[in-house]
Amino acid sequence: MDFSIGEDRQMLVDTLSRYLADKADWKAREAALESEAGYDKDMWQGMAELGILGALFGEEVGGFGGSPFDIGVVFGEVGRGLPTGPFLATLLAGKLLEAAGDEETLGDVIGGASIASFAHEAAVGADGSVAEQTTATKSGDSWTLTGAKGVVDYLGSADIVVVTAETGGGLAAFLVETGASGVEVRDYPLVDGGAAGELTLSSAPAKLLTEDATAIDAALAAGVVATAWEAAAVMEVLRDQTLEYLRTRKQFGIPIGKFQALQHRMATVSLEIEQARSAAINAAAFFDGNAKERDRFGAAAKYTLGKVGRLVAEEAIQLHGGIGMTWELPLSHYAKRLIMLGHVLGDEDEHLARFIELSAQQTGRAA
Amino acid sequence: MNLDFTPEDEAFREEVREFLKEKLPKRLSEKVRTGQNLTKADMEEWHAILNDRGWLANHWPKEWGGTGWSVMQRFIFETETAIAHAPRVVPFGLSMLAPVLIKYGSEEQCRHYLPRILDGTDWWCQGYSEPGAGSDLASLKTQAVREGDHYIVNGQKTWTTLGQHADWIFCLVRTSNEGKRQEGISFLLIDMKSPGIEVRPIKLLDGDYEVNEVFFTDVKVPVANLVGEENKGWTYAKYLLTYERTNIAGVGASMALLDTLKDVAQSTMRGGKPLSEDPFYAARLAKLEIDLENMKTTNLRVLDAAGAGHAPVAESSMLKIRGTEIRQEINDLMRRAAGRYARPFVAEALEEGFNGEPVGPEWAGPVASQYFNNRKLSIFGGSNEVQREIITKAVLGL
Repeated sequence: MDFSIGEDRQMLVDTLSRYLADKADWKAREAALESEAGYDKDMWQGMAELGILGALFGEEVGGFGGSPFDIGVVFGEVGRGLPTGPFLATLLAGKLLEAAGDEETLGDVIGGASIASFAHEAAVGADGSVAEQTTATKSGDSWTLTGAKGVVDYLGSADIVVVTAETGGGLAAFLVETGASGVEVRDYPLVDGGAAGELTLSSAPAKLLTEDATAIDAALAAGVVATAWEAAAVMEVLRDQTLEYLRTRKQFGIPIGKFQALQHRMATVSLEIEQARSAAINAAAFFDGNAKERDRFGAAAKYTLGKVGRLVAEEAIQLHGGIGMTWELPLSHYAKRLIMLGHVLGDEDEHLARFIELSAQQTGRAA
Repeated sequence: MNLDFTPEDEAFREEVREFLKEKLPKRLSEKVRTGQNLTKADMEEWHAILNDRGWLANHWPKEWGGTGWSVMQRFIFETETAIAHAPRVVPFGLSMLAPVLIKYGSEEQCRHYLPRILDGTDWWCQGYSEPGAGSDLASLKTQAVREGDHYIVNGQKTWTTLGQHADWIFCLVRTSNEGKRQEGISFLLIDMKSPGIEVRPIKLLDGDYEVNEVFFTDVKVPVANLVGEENKGWTYAKYLLTYERTNIAGVGASMALLDTLKDVAQSTMRGGKPLSEDPFYAARLAKLEIDLENMKTTNLRVLDAAGAGHAPVAESSMLKIRGTEIRQEINDLMRRAAGRYARPFVAEALEEGFNGEPVGPEWAGPVASQYFNNRKLSIFGGSNEVQREIITKAVLGL
């Protein structure tokens, strides 16, 4: 057994951590949030040049990593540094480009020349109605897509989008250029910074990437690992900042961390964070086995991180008091990020239901 | 035991409903219902409507323009207005300063300030907390030094809610450094237009501006603006805590929000069926509803005791803790219901006159902001930790 991340990954972590400390400091974050794209394009380019994005993908397609632990440590640093940018979109779209063996397109994404997004879930209308599944129609050798997808990360900045659509033979992944005809984009900022958009496709030309629906599942599973590691890192930052505050903030003549009521709450928070960290490790460790086992541990991780995430975000703010409510304090941004990660790729209830279903299948009982 | 309201109370409820149907502008109730931002003018408009009917300061004694309502009538009024999505009454002048003036202020102060609170001439804000004095309020340092007919005030207040609109601020200031810390505090009324006052907005985590820092540099305040006696301010401040706070649990507001939440749970599809049929979500919703039903009765029991002359201290703390927890749980379930659509933040959609298409379900726009913004509920007005201390000492005797 070995819980170390290994020398190579440590170097990757150090490189990314130094780069983010330098390029994505608080001032840069404020500027990025104000910008139309919602992220710092120069930072993104610099990161691509450092080869960071390549760590998310395998050597056979021009990357130099791609294992679940590689993904985990990169997203851990994203959590710690809190830069905005199409990290998850790049991973999800890239995993399907990888599965399709589209080395050229993926190379542009890894190199920062092209911004990729991933559109999977259907758009929801003002009245709560869920859009029909996006459909793919083949005519001769070419495909067109029609449908609407909602909350697509960094859609406004994307050059290409990997879109999932029903072919009649199952769910498949397609590549769509955002500049193509029949592609309509409405973008907007997000509560925790960054941007997303609604994507409407009307007979938009598309290139088939893969008709293997399990490749889509695998990409989503990689996304689950990424968000779990990101959330665990955000939690650790919130814990450290809150501990520091408990040690230094004085009321009634003593540091508030001397009050037993607060000590015990902080003890619970730190215990839960260790559990969440273990859940994130499990999600990566059981990734390469069979798909059901992978998804069961993915669901366990998303459930745990959603549940613990709420506790940690709320306690971090509460233990800070009023100052924890302010924009000026980075803590509030980490808390927002943590809560919002629970709204990405399914929330804790959805993953709990999924865990129950997958466990039932495993033991041969009906769900 | 009998939990029915009296026929008189029920008749009163009807009267309130009639009034709301007739007088509450749809424009305002829609803004409240959909979570749009209320402007100062919106709040003043609602105050004026209530004042015309004589219901604005319903908890004041009759001689100052109050209604003489029982605590139960006030509860009914507060519940009905919340259910009708009326704007909340801004409490600083009406509910915080006025009771102190009426009990401890001079006749002259009451005659001058109370009518101006009623007719909206003066907008008040509260100057209690300081950067170093939050839960430990008695450690406050803002100093008022007597010089002839004036106090010279120096220091800083913070978390001053809606201070950007205020004409006046009521402040706890230090007038003595001798003896117990609580015994050197005075209650002072300060004109916000006085030279030496600077208001700096604090941006909150949801991007909104509703609280401020207020800086005092050699601000001259007439001695006539002292309420009651010098160095007795702590007693007056504490009076607010024992003053009957019938609405501290916000039961009416929670009932209104729960109705909205149930509608949302029914109209939101998750995995091909309504969220209200999702076992986990349904369980969360059910637990919330049970807690709120229990809270309603707890609140009525406290009101009943208050009506019989028992001043609620620790009970107020219980109502504050659980009432705010329920509100926060509702906000939590709203954001959960929004799923991915809790993430978009279209700030313009929260302002009146927004004509654009909403992103996602029309109710989803403000839910994440409200969730984050309402983390304040368990922090302000005496944090829930401070409230638990009060219960520990006042009820449990530990």
